[in-house]
Amino acid sequence: MYLATESAAKWIALAATLADLFVALPLWWLFDPQASQMQFTEHVAWITSPPIYYSLGLDGISLPLVLMTAGIMPLCVLASWNSITTKVRGFMASLLVMETAMVGVFVAMDFVLFYVFWEAMLIPMYLLIGVWGGANRLYAAIKFFLYTLAGSVLLLVAILVLYFYGGHTFDILALSQGTYPASLQTWLFLAFFAAFAVKVPMFPLHTWLPDAHVEAPTAGSVILASILLKMGTYGFLRFSLPMLPDASRYFTPMMVVLSIIAIIYGAYMALAQIDLKKLIAYSSVSHMGFVTLGLFVLNQQGIEGAVLQMVNHGITTGGLFLCVGVIYERTHSRLIADNAGLAAPMPLYAALLVIFALSSLGLPGTNSFVGEFLVLVGTFLWSKVATALASLGIILAAVYLLWMTQRVVFGVPSPHHFPKLKDLTQREFAMLAPLVILIFWIGLYPNPFVSRMHQSVANTIDSMSRAKVAPTAHPSARRAVPLLADSGEQPKTQDPSQ
Amino acid sequence: MSLYGPDLLALLPELIIVATACLVIVLDPVTSASRRDLLAWLSVGALAVCLGLTGGQITTLNVRVLAFSDLVVIDAYARFWKILLYGVASLTIFMSLPYLKIERVHLGEYYGFILLALSGMMVMVSGADLLTIYLGTELMSLSLYVMTGFNRSKPRSLEAAAKYFVLGAFSSGILLYGISLLYGLAGSTKLVSIANAVGARGADDPLVLISTILIAVGFGFKLAAVPFHMWTPDVYQGAPTSVTAFMAVGAKAASFAAFMRVFVEGLGGLKADWSFLFLLISVATLVLGNVVAIVQTNIKRMLAYSSIAHAGYALIGFVAAGRSVGASGGTPGLASIMIYLALYSFMTLGAFAVIGMLRKGGIEGEEIEDFTGLAKRQPVAAFLMLIFMASLAGIPPTAGFIGKFYVFMAAVEAGLAWLAAIALIFAVVSAYYYMRVVMVMYMRDPNPSSAAPSCLVNSPALSFVLACAVAGVILFGVFPNPLVGFALQSVLTLK
Repeated sequence: MYLATESAAKWIALAATLADLFVALPLWWLFDPQASQMQFTEHVAWITSPPIYYSLGLDGISLPLVLMTAGIMPLCVLASWNSITTKVRGFMASLLVMETAMVGVFVAMDFVLFYVFWEAMLIPMYLLIGVWGGANRLYAAIKFFLYTLAGSVLLLVAILVLYFYGGHTFDILALSQGTYPASLQTWLFLAFFAAFAVKVPMFPLHTWLPDAHVEAPTAGSVILASILLKMGTYGFLRFSLPMLPDASRYFTPMMVVLSIIAIIYGAYMALAQIDLKKLIAYSSVSHMGFVTLGLFVLNQQGIEGAVLQMVNHGITTGGLFLCVGVIYERTHSRLIADNAGLAAPMPLYAALLVIFALSSLGLPGTNSFVGEFLVLVGTFLWSKVATALASLGIILAAVYLLWMTQRVVFGVPSPHHFPKLKDLTQREFAMLAPLVILIFWIGLYPNPFVSRMHQSVANTIDSMSRAKVAPTAHPSARRAVPLLADSGEQPKTQDPSQ
Repeated sequence: MSLYGPDLLALLPELIIVATACLVIVLDPVTSASRRDLLAWLSVGALAVCLGLTGGQITTLNVRVLAFSDLVVIDAYARFWKILLYGVASLTIFMSLPYLKIERVHLGEYYGFILLALSGMMVMVSGADLLTIYLGTELMSLSLYVMTGFNRSKPRSLEAAAKYFVLGAFSSGILLYGISLLYGLAGSTKLVSIANAVGARGADDPLVLISTILIAVGFGFKLAAVPFHMWTPDVYQGAPTSVTAFMAVGAKAASFAAFMRVFVEGLGGLKADWSFLFLLISVATLVLGNVVAIVQTNIKRMLAYSSIAHAGYALIGFVAAGRSVGASGGTPGLASIMIYLALYSFMTLGAFAVIGMLRKGGIEGEEIEDFTGLAKRQPVAAFLMLIFMASLAGIPPTAGFIGKFYVFMAAVEAGLAWLAAIALIFAVVSAYYYMRVVMVMYMRDPNPSSAAPSCLVNSPALSFVLACAVAGVILFGVFPNPLVGFALQSVLTLK
């Protein structure tokens, strides 16, 4: 990229991300929802001793995440079109490296390969925040870097320990079939937790997120919120649950409590923010709490809701961050007070912002409603109190998002910005419109999404319920599927094969 | 002559290196200043010839050629290290070419000393007798003392040389004392006889333990392991940068090679004892190295502490080798050290090559602050430095990750998962100071008031060194298979 001029770099990056999207899109139709094994696999020997493979594959859990990544990246390039003015080539190169690593994380079927991708995005993300970020970017960048690295080094130890206990293999599927002693599972779970909970981020480990979100450029914030955070929950789902079922069950109360704290605490923090990006950052903590909650109630509805919510959060929060980026380019301020009263000068923008905000608070008809509903159904099967507390998060989300919308869209305009505000350009509309379409598509007709993940989620639960060490702890998870059918609330989640 | 024929043939690479060294020193006074480059090329040519010879010496893997009545051994293990050392020495020579000219100390005998130090290292890695190894160590150290003080006009260079000499001589004395005690026990200084004597007397014999400790201390100095690391920061900072690179990489690799041979072949019976000793040393080394590096403002000093920390990581592999039981018998641990040091060579040589050629108003810019805004002025140089720093921090997909991966894998296999966890947490600490260099290069704008911003003085030789280093870091980071296979094969002759 250093050979190209700066404007060519933008076009190259856009072309590359779009090409990626067009390569990824057919997977949606080629994917066989009935198949229970990995699809589109690739298996090439990489390192002989120990046996490490360049092994890729997709299942119903990684498919939506890969597509989301491929879809979000062109939008990130578009969002940076005019806002990045210095070192454009380096910026675009970093974006592309990020995309490689992020897609790699979701499709890697070898644990070491996964770790390589997982860590490879540290440096480009560090540069994205640190070079092109806001005023306090140095602090935010190194904080992000050290938090994530500190979490993930323990993951490496856990991977190595699993290798020796799991029959000298790094193959993720083989390791998921293994049986491990309960005390070992506890340790491994904690090591996994360190890596994944930092990324999500779960409640006590979330403090890097507001800093990183606020200081990162728009594209960086979008990548962080839409994709990076999902890697943490993906990790829990792909590794913690199937490989360490006993420890997962053992730690479920802790995980649920932490999730609920994140939901409520994140929402309360969001209420208090005067900075738009910080508000959305804390709302991410809250929304990701729903995802971890859904994962750790350990039943079909909860996990399906969680996976769907991962995609939803990527779409909705990505949209919100793009909106903040749009307005920041015009007013050079992220404060709510400086951006008040946009309905009159920017009606189209205001309309889209309202849609994203409504989707984020889980209005029926939008995507988040379906995801959060499934999560809450799953939680209800586990504990009614937890469901009640988690629902509180939805109410609080309505409060802070509607309040934010009220001020930004309909508030009293700040005089010095008002005259020169222009509505969305075509480029900006083009980057927001696909997200709006997805919001309503998933909100009104989630079946294509849910049916594709159904079998894989069932597999995960299957591999958990195969009593490995403690046969008494047979979960109610398998019973949960008919329960949903009885309730009749979400008939569309039913796979025809069931 | 015919009596010694096979012996001399076995030592042919060493002889060629020594002969070339003498030739270079003799030719130096009769070579005009403008043609001194030829001496460097002569040295590199000798290295290339030796590479071919060493590669050809071992045709079948399990052969151990003993020469000079078992004083010297030529085996796959020695071959691995020699090939690495040839590479290190040639890159050092290429790095020195522009460096010495800029520093105005371009004298031919410099290349002679590099070759002499190299021949010492080669004797170390091939020594089958404690005295041979000691002789190699001394030859290497004496040459390095001189090279450290090579920049005669700089007081710091001289001070470093004096410090290095005094402490180095002291440590050699301790090493020699340990050797003499072992001689008293075994009646011989051959590693084989020592192994037998130690086996006969058992690990509880106080004399055996004392001599083991003394030898460990002597090697501890050479490896720069805590608490014998005190000389490292001063010497690394004071020595000409190309010499620092040679010391940090070549001397460390050769010392590790000899150290491993002595402790595995000679003192292998005391595994249980020395693995505990080195467990303490490795933890102390990587903790102190990483923590103290944080507060350094001089990048050569920072890399000195980082090289201490890296010795700590490599020692983990050695602890794992000592602790491991079962069929593999410590092979993964020993091989992991070889992999680690080979990969460490690339990134460290690359980093020092950048540092040596970074000039600020004609003076070497060796403060971390001098890197401020380098990404803006010289994006390629800054990007290379970024890769070297990421690799030193052990972030995939660079070579540094592969090195750490194998060391920790050996540690986990030996049941030392907790040690791997501690070491990795200190790797996060190390990421902080490595990333600080990236931060000043990429995220700070150059101070407009400073008259002469630092920039990299490029030259074909430097470009070559950087290209080799970055190719090694990236290629072995992505395709480590050849190196890993080579190390795993070579380590088998160590027994």
